[in-house]
Amino acid sequence: MTHDPNSPSGVPFAVTPDCEKVMAEVDSFLDQELTDALRASIAAHLESCSPCFEVFDFEAELRMVISTKTHTVEFPNTLRIRIEEKLTYLRIQGSGGTESGGGGEPRREA
Amino acid sequence: MADQQAFAEQAMEYMPQLYSTALRMTHNASDAEDLVQETYLKAYKGFAGFEQGTNLRAWMFRILTNTYINSYRSKKRRPEEIELDDVEDFYLYRRMGGLEAVRASRSAEDELMDLFSDAEVQSAIDALPESYRLAILLSDVEGLSYKEIAEDLDIPIGTVMSRLHRGRKALQKRLHDYALERGLTDAIPEASLEAP
Repeated sequence: MTHDPNSPSGVPFAVTPDCEKVMAEVDSFLDQELTDALRASIAAHLESCSPCFEVFDFEAELRMVISTKTHTVEFPNTLRIRIEEKLTYLRIQGSGGTESGGGGEPRREA
Repeated sequence: MADQQAFAEQAMEYMPQLYSTALRMTHNASDAEDLVQETYLKAYKGFAGFEQGTNLRAWMFRILTNTYINSYRSKKRRPEEIELDDVEDFYLYRRMGGLEAVRASRSAEDELMDLFSDAEVQSAIDALPESYRLAILLSDVEGLSYKEIAEDLDIPIGTVMSRLHRGRKALQKRLHDYALERGLTDAIPEASLEAP
């Protein structure tokens, strides 16, 4: 069976005490929130422990998948144009309407 | 104005990222566009207060998040803090991670990239309760630090960490459910995960 009741932190496999500690830091390691020293010691463990490495690798890839696939939505270019127009308008307004291009008309995009 | 010209030059590249996050925040293209536009107008007006050399991207996301929390979220009834069901750690890995045989010559990344559609990932994020969703968007999607997220959401760092941890597990469970629905994976390849 999978769920080893003796595995207190829910680590997927029987592990050494070192593995237990390393597994507790998956999030903070991948989120780059560890001190350099702790980070280095975990990296060293991962080099010599392939079960732990597999887990870290999987979690890292999953984050990349989530990030990538969240960014695949199509960006409406009309929004960029609209925002650039508003900013141009604000800039002209802010400089007293004297900038070239005149009249608050947005610069035409090529 | 040098400052504001600099803003236009530096900040525009973040627009697609801000938009995709805004879309996951609001669940609505029109609100997302308004949210991004408002973010840029606020950032432009406040650009003098931006400390050059610090992280402009994080600064833009902070404005986006604040604007969302202060205006868009309040449109709806303020959502109750929903507790997520407890999901075991490494939920997806336990069920999918040990598929070396299937993987054969492919990398884990290819495997996972192909396993879930864009729509599935987006819908799994959308299904998270808002407090977890925001933390995950800012961390996993936008790469902000715990400290930055804590400041943006005005919560302690420990809360950021627990929301990320619980939110990610819930997200994994949802993704696994999608895979099951499509029959792409057997329910329990867990036996392969026993200690070598």
